[in-house]
Amino acid sequence: MKRTLVILALATAGALGLVSCERKPDTIKIGIAGPMTGPVAKFGEQLKKGAEQAVADINAAGGVNGKKLELVVGDDQCDPKQAQTVANKQVEAKVSVVIGHFCSSSTIPASVVYAENNILQITPASTNPQVTDRKLPTVFRTCGRDDQQGDVAGDFIANKLKPKAVAIIHDKTTYGQGLADATKNRLNEKYKIKEVLYEGINQGDKDFSSLVTKLKGLKVDVIFFGGYHAEAGLIVRQAFDQGLKAKFVSGDALVTDEFPQVVGKPEAAKGVLMTFGADARKIAAAKPVVDKFKAAGYDPEGYTLYTYAAVQAAVAALKANENTRDGKKLAEWLKKNGADTVMGRKEWDEKGDLKTSDYVVYLWTEEGGKLTYKEL
Amino acid sequence: MHIFVQQIVNGLILGSIYGLIAIGYTMVYGIIGMINFAHGEIYMISAYLFAIFLALVRLFGVDSVPVALLVTLVATIVVTGLYGFTIERVAYRPLRGSTRLAPLISAIGMSLVLQNYVQLAQGANEQSVAAIFSGVFRFGTETDFTQITHVQALIIAVAIAAMGVLTYIINRTPLGRACRATQQDRTMANLLGIDTDRVISLVFVIGAGMAAVAGVLITLNFGSFNFFIGFVAGVKAFTAAVLGGIGSLPGAMLGGLVLGLSESLFAGYVMSDYKDVFAFGLLVAVLIFRPTGLLGRPAVEKI
Repeated sequence: MKRTLVILALATAGALGLVSCERKPDTIKIGIAGPMTGPVAKFGEQLKKGAEQAVADINAAGGVNGKKLELVVGDDQCDPKQAQTVANKQVEAKVSVVIGHFCSSSTIPASVVYAENNILQITPASTNPQVTDRKLPTVFRTCGRDDQQGDVAGDFIANKLKPKAVAIIHDKTTYGQGLADATKNRLNEKYKIKEVLYEGINQGDKDFSSLVTKLKGLKVDVIFFGGYHAEAGLIVRQAFDQGLKAKFVSGDALVTDEFPQVVGKPEAAKGVLMTFGADARKIAAAKPVVDKFKAAGYDPEGYTLYTYAAVQAAVAALKANENTRDGKKLAEWLKKNGADTVMGRKEWDEKGDLKTSDYVVYLWTEEGGKLTYKEL
Repeated sequence: MHIFVQQIVNGLILGSIYGLIAIGYTMVYGIIGMINFAHGEIYMISAYLFAIFLALVRLFGVDSVPVALLVTLVATIVVTGLYGFTIERVAYRPLRGSTRLAPLISAIGMSLVLQNYVQLAQGANEQSVAAIFSGVFRFGTETDFTQITHVQALIIAVAIAAMGVLTYIINRTPLGRACRATQQDRTMANLLGIDTDRVISLVFVIGAGMAAVAGVLITLNFGSFNFFIGFVAGVKAFTAAVLGGIGSLPGAMLGGLVLGLSESLFAGYVMSDYKDVFAFGLLVAVLIFRPTGLLGRPAVEKI
């Protein structure tokens, strides 16, 4: 028995040794981190597809200073604890740049790890102001900020909807509550509109009937929701079912066709308003890439092209700096030079935010039997 | 006035949802003294099965809504029952003779296995079922009314009916007698010729069947589900079962209603933010004063 165990141990050690001896071709590793599984996996898919297409296109054009790109995928499930684990793993895998994460509540803790290890991080979708407000030198975004988004939402609600009673609901996450607060501040400060209700729900809850009934009792005619599409969809559906006639306004986390799916009833999903950046698919520079996606059977909605742009920006910095992994050096280069991307020319300010923001309001409408969002 | 009544109705609906799932927990505990932590996951699987069968039935061109629903309901109950049977055989029966903790850990492990299995097999997205049942009952005027949808009314009715039927089975039928005998003294029951293995398997299958009914109705009500709903529902339903007295079927229903009402009323009249804190705080308070739950019987120790 003892002899068999010894032989087995030696064999295993040998096999493991052989595995670690495997020589990999010299590549530049680009990390892509996001919620690949979990309640917002649909957005993780947007990020992954955007990054994969960008890497494929760049490799086809010759790579970066002769070296090919390789993606290292990390799944954080939109959970801050997992995000830290993913960040550590990405650092261990010796990535040159990380594109990610998606949820602001994940990006913020992960950014601490990346900054400590001097790795450039570009998030394509985390909009909470704190991501860049902490002035970490290596953090960038290719999306806007929630205070900008909140301003646009607040302006729209006050000027176009002229509400009698506004309710502001959030989901207690960094992103959701941050966005709700930004809109609340805009309405309170600029328009002196005070909301009749400011409340938080839990992510993962399914039953919002008490909340909807309360809103009915308060005769609310505009609801602003800061949160993700799973809860937003359920609130919209349950409000419709209970006959609550209120306009529903939310933010960029509804930008997926999974939102109307969760609502389940086209008559309920119609008329929902949300803020998001200008539709990247309509930008002239993006047409060839959009066509490539569509040819492969995928509509690059939401943040797909933002991720593509983030990869391009990272690659531009790498190309100009001899593929260095020094995050601070790449960051300084990006802030000084900007980058040409599929979403047009992008330039960043001292904090890593885009110099121009382009949030607009979208309306979910029914077109040809399908629900899509149109810019207002 | 209607707002208050509506909040009560909301609480009753939510409570019945918890009660429906809690019945499965309480039945299994009542018969073999074990908390089946995988019960929430069985409920989640039944939601997926329901959606799959519904799609299949639609594919075969069955357009009539009642027929489609009936067929999918039966199919879901059968397959979920099979899941319950298999889980008992694989994860709990081999541990029958060991410490009290072993089947508990096995149940938790099983619950994780099922969650990840569904996540891998079906993806991690939100799934949804088309809104086929859309009717509502409304009481009051055009603008000021209390309402309950057809599906929600069905949930309350089915929960109470299920509790009634199961209580009748346990107390009045030979099968129920065998269950009670197994619960009181398994060795003696075996000696007296009752096939306790079969009884226990049957209890798990019935529990899984109840989870399937819950899965179908609740999915019809909310419309969307994902691989994680079992965990959340499981915690709440388990709480409801303990609140009402674990092992008691009317207790499961009562616990569910108390939990549902307290959540709804707190969310409706105080704030939604801390409704779970309030609900669980209530549980702690009840257990301090009645450790066996509202309708629980104190465990009798045979010397």
